Amino acid sequence: MSRPANTQKFDNCLIQWIDERLPIFTMLTKEYGVFPMPKNANYLWSFGGIALTMLIIMIVTGVFLAMNYTPNTALAFDSVQRTMRDVNYGWLLRYVHMNGASFFFIAVYIHIFRGLYYGSYKSPRELLWIVGVVILILMMATAFMGYALPWSQMSGWGATVITSLFSAIPVIGDGLVTWLWGGFSVANPTLNRFFSLHFLLPFVILGVVFIHVWALHVTGSNNPTGVEPKSEKDTLPFHPYFTVKDSYALVTFMTIFLSVVFFAPLALTEPDHFKHFNPMQTPPEIVPEWYFLPFYAILRSFTHDIYIPFTDIIILPAKLQGVMGMFGSLLLLMVLPWLDTSKVKSARYRPVYKWCLLLLLVSLCVLGYVGSQPAGGSLAVVGQVATAYYFLHFIVLVPVLGFVEKTCPVPASISDDPCCKH
Amino acid sequence: MKKKLIGFMVAAALCLGGAAHAEEGGKLAHQYWPERGVFGKYDMASVQRGFQVYREVCSNCHSLKLMSYRDLKGLGYTDAQVKAVASAYTVQDGPNDEGEMFDRPARPSDRFHSPFANDKAARAANGGALPPDMSLLANARPGGPDYIYGILTGYGTAPADVKMTPGLYWNDTFPGHQIAMPQPLSDGQVTYSNGDAASTQQAARDVAQFLDWASNPHMEARKAMGIKVILFMLFFVGIMRAAKRKVWADVH
Repeated sequence: MSRPANTQKFDNCLIQWIDERLPIFTMLTKEYGVFPMPKNANYLWSFGGIALTMLIIMIVTGVFLAMNYTPNTALAFDSVQRTMRDVNYGWLLRYVHMNGASFFFIAVYIHIFRGLYYGSYKSPRELLWIVGVVILILMMATAFMGYALPWSQMSGWGATVITSLFSAIPVIGDGLVTWLWGGFSVANPTLNRFFSLHFLLPFVILGVVFIHVWALHVTGSNNPTGVEPKSEKDTLPFHPYFTVKDSYALVTFMTIFLSVVFFAPLALTEPDHFKHFNPMQTPPEIVPEWYFLPFYAILRSFTHDIYIPFTDIIILPAKLQGVMGMFGSLLLLMVLPWLDTSKVKSARYRPVYKWCLLLLLVSLCVLGYVGSQPAGGSLAVVGQVATAYYFLHFIVLVPVLGFVEKTCPVPASISDDPCCKH
Repeated sequence: MKKKLIGFMVAAALCLGGAAHAEEGGKLAHQYWPERGVFGKYDMASVQRGFQVYREVCSNCHSLKLMSYRDLKGLGYTDAQVKAVASAYTVQDGPNDEGEMFDRPARPSDRFHSPFANDKAARAANGGALPPDMSLLANARPGGPDYIYGILTGYGTAPADVKMTPGLYWNDTFPGHQIAMPQPLSDGQVTYSNGDAASTQQAARDVAQFLDWASNPHMEARKAMGIKVILFMLFFVGIMRAAKRKVWADVH
C-alpha cells in the first residue's frame, strides 16, 4: 500500500515529528493557512466564526454553571441564585451564559440572513445549508431547555406551553406529551431530563458544526457576487487576510456583547423569570425569549379550525395548524435550495428578489413584535398577514421569481466585479 | 378546603379586577434611582436606612431567604456589626450528639431568619395571602424600585363605585388595586439613627433601594469590572483594526 508522501515541511523539528505521525499541522495549514477565500468576502462572512466562538463560550460557562446547579424542582431556583450571590464570579458566569444565548442567536440569524441574501444555499452548497438548518433547530431545542432550568415562572410555564404543543398531534399527541414530561405535568422528571439534554445537546451541536465546516471546506465560501472563484486572482489565503479580518469583527462583536453583560444584563429578562415556578398560578402573559418570538407569533396566527364543509367534523384544528406552521417555517428552509429556481445566486443582481427578501426581514420583525404582545385583537391580523407573507415568500415568490425576474448582468469573475476595483 | 376555595375566589377577583382596571393599574411614576443608571451606584446611606425599615417593618411578614447576614458587609457594616445583627435572631440547629434539635443565636453565615416556618403558616397568619419573599422583589416586578415605592405610598380610599372585597385594601399601584397587605408604613413609624422620624415617602424610598440592592448585591462590582473590561476591549478593537488595515493594505 502506498500512501501519498507528506510534502509539507515544517522548520520546527518537533512539529515536523508530530506531523509525520499525525498530520494535524498539514491539515491546519491547508484548511486555515493557505485555504483560498474569495477576496471580496465582506464582514457578513465573519459571523460563522463569531457564532462558533459563542458556542464555545456557552459550553465553557455552561460546564462551570452546571457544577453549581441542582436539577431538582425544590432546589433549582435557589441553586441558581446561590451561584449569583455566593459563588465567586458566579454572577459573571451566569450573565455571560444567559446573554450569550441571545448573542449566539444574533450571530446565527445574521449568518443565515447573509446566506439568504447572497444565495449561499444554492448549488454546490445545498448540504452545507441543510446541515446549518439542523444546527439552528438543535440550538432552539437547547435554548428552550436551558430556559427551563432556573425553574422560574417563565421557565415552568414556557416549558408547559411548548411541550403541550405536541398534544396537537392526532392520536398519539396526549400520550406523547405525558412521555415527554415523564408524568402528568411539568415536574421534577421533566426538569431532570431537560438538564441532561441541555448538557448533551451543545456537544451534538459542536459535532454538527464540524460537519458544517467540513462541507464548507469542500465547496469553499460563497462571496457577495455569487460567482465562484475562477483563478488565484479571485482569492486570498485565509491566513493572514481572513484570520485578521475575522478577529477584528469578533473583537468588535465581543465588545458589544460584554457591554450588555456588564451594564444591562437583565435588559432581555422578564420580571417573571425571578419568581419561583408555581404550577397553580399562570402568569398573565407567557412571553418566550426574543429569538423565538417570530415563530411563536406564527404558532398563534392560526386561529380557525378547518371543518369538512357542511359538517361539524374538524379535520385540522387551529392548534395543529399552528404547530405545523411553526415547525414548517423552519423545515421549509431545508428545501430552499430546490425552491429557488434562479440561476443567479446573489441578491445584488436580483432587483426584485432583493426587495422580497427585505420584506421577509420586515415581516419577521413584525412577527417578533406581535409575538411579544398579548394574543388577540387587531394585532392578531397583523401577525396573520406577516405569517402569510413568510410562507408566500418561500413557497410562491422564490420559485416564481427565478422564471420571471429580469436580473442584472453578473460579472464574469470576482476580479471583474466593479466593487472589487479600487 | 373552604379556605382554599376562598383563596381561589380572591385570586379570581384579583385577576378580574386586574383586567378591569388594567388601564389605571400599574401606572408607575418614574423616579430617579441612583443605582439604576448605566454607571449608577447605590446610595449606601439610603440602602442602610432601608435595611432598618426592612428589619423593623417588612421582616414581620416578608422573608429574605436568599440572603445571609454576612451579605450585609456589602452595605458597609463591619464583621462585629454583622455578628450583632445576626445574634438577635434565633435559629434551629442540630441534631446534636443526643439527636436533639436545639436553638442557638444566628451566625453571619446563616440565611436571614424567615418570619414564618413555611408558606402555609404565612398564609394562615395573613388571611390567606402569601407575603412574597423579598430577595428578588426588585427584579421580579416590572418597574423594580418604582413599583415598590408605588405600592408603599399608594394606599388610599377606594372610589365610591368600586366594591371592595372584604380583607383587601385599595392601592393605586397594585394591579387590580385590591391588595391583601394592610398599609405597612406610616409617617414617623421608623426612627432613623440620627433621631429623625422617617416620613412614609422617605422610608419607602429607602426600603426600595435596599431591596434593589438585595436583588443585585454584586451590581457595583459588576459595573466596576465592566468599565475595565470595556476599556480593554476598545483598545483591543483599535489594535485589531490597525492590524487588519496593515495586512490588507497591499490587496487594494
